[in-house]
Amino acid sequence: MATIQFSDVTRVFRRDGKDFLILDGINLTVQDQEFVAIVGPSGCGKTTCMRMAAGLEFPSTGSVKVNNVVVTEPGPDRAVVFQQFALFPWKSVHENIDFGLRSKGLGKHEREKLIAHYIDLMNLKGYESAYPHQLSGGMQQRVAIARAYALNPHVLLMDEPFGALDAQTRVVMQEELVKLARKNPRTVLFITHAVEEAVYLADRVVIMTSRPGKIKEILDVKSVRESEDWDQHSKIEDVMDLESFVHLRTRIWKSLREEHAGTDH
Amino acid sequence: MNDQISRSQFWRLTAIGTIGFFAFWYLARVLHFAPPQFLPMPHEVLAKLIDLLYNPFAGYVLGDHMLASLQRFGMGFGLAALVGIPLGLAMGWFRLLDDIVTPLFDGLRFIAPVAWVPFAALWFGTGIGGPTLIIFAGAFPPCLINAYRGARNVDVRFLEAASMLGVGNFRTITEVLFPAAVPSIIAGLRIGAGLGWMSLVGAELIVASSGMGNLIVRAQSAIATDTVMAGMIAIGVVGVVIDVLIRRLERWLLKHRNA
Repeated sequence: MATIQFSDVTRVFRRDGKDFLILDGINLTVQDQEFVAIVGPSGCGKTTCMRMAAGLEFPSTGSVKVNNVVVTEPGPDRAVVFQQFALFPWKSVHENIDFGLRSKGLGKHEREKLIAHYIDLMNLKGYESAYPHQLSGGMQQRVAIARAYALNPHVLLMDEPFGALDAQTRVVMQEELVKLARKNPRTVLFITHAVEEAVYLADRVVIMTSRPGKIKEILDVKSVRESEDWDQHSKIEDVMDLESFVHLRTRIWKSLREEHAGTDH
Repeated sequence: MNDQISRSQFWRLTAIGTIGFFAFWYLARVLHFAPPQFLPMPHEVLAKLIDLLYNPFAGYVLGDHMLASLQRFGMGFGLAALVGIPLGLAMGWFRLLDDIVTPLFDGLRFIAPVAWVPFAALWFGTGIGGPTLIIFAGAFPPCLINAYRGARNVDVRFLEAASMLGVGNFRTITEVLFPAAVPSIIAGLRIGAGLGWMSLVGAELIVASSGMGNLIVRAQSAIATDTVMAGMIAIGVVGVVIDVLIRRLERWLLKHRNA
């Protein structure tokens, strides 16, 4: 069982002696093996939510628990995939994936097996000894995802992982992540501002208001996906053509647009 | 290279500077601004430099003086790098250590290395120990400061990634802080090597019985200004070689990085 639980979470930033409320009354439980995407206008605090689950930031009031334990520091049970990949430029692909594994007290043989498995899974074969700057953005993010998955974490936290990629690469990565997520279901908290990406990937989509960020509504995508059998289509554009997909996407768009209108005043 | 200056222009300007310098030097002698024993001619210095390679002065040929100096330099500089870099990185990582060391260090680093000469001689003698301490005093502060600054300026993304991966303190320092700080560390080594090499000659002027500094001070008492100048040139050339070697080290350490 791996759950993420936000209970009455608020977050206040202090700048120039003034307090800014950026998150207000967040209550959300990500169930075991559930894929939850958070969408919201920029600056709504969605990344802060992810960082609190990771232990990189902490709530001002309320609590964030992973597996019913209050998060106090970062750890390999909560692997993060960052928007800017955060691969170590002085380490090869193999060394980047191995870096976290070496902290887990695994034997050399076991580690090599895991690395080979995820290199294969993320289509990185032949690039084991390449350095990050020799890879494209999409390849770099594959390494970061392999690095996160190889830790066998309880939960995966992804902060706009495809935000820095070009549109074509992004689509390929989204399709691969869907395959990976259906094959190896994990508890995932996925932050994005791309509505289609959220609908395509997630079981539930959380829509946030503009600052101070509150949860505006939560949409159940999984039941629609299963009843309309989206997974029979292997290509994202086929799924995106389905009426049920379009319907959900439009609904979220409208909801977000209200938020943008709200900030225009 | 500068955008505004082409390569041929650059060489022309370099030539003008160099020729002008030597012309001025010769002119100073030709017009009797300085007597011969105060200012040897450039070609005399060059001849002396070659002569010193074969004929001993103050007991040793030039190569042996240089070797004695380099040995002391290697000890002092090596020690400074070996202590300064790990300590600086650790100070950049552990706040407590930073608070303990920094005030003391900030006070000590403004003392000129040569000011340590009396104590260096008393504590470690005038052979290799004393000069080593003086070189250490010159080379240590930049080694430490730059490793510290490099560690403090590491991109927070790398530190967050390391902590998320469950990597402990030791491996974070050796595998994240150190490689990330390499450019800063190398800059520190270059400054440290320069200061150390300069301090060395200062130290040898006073304490040692061999080495380049000693050669210069002995030549001075013999009013052999051509020997003094030959020694100065040899010191300068070797200093440049040391700097080039450190830059090579940097290129080797950074060979896998993005340009």
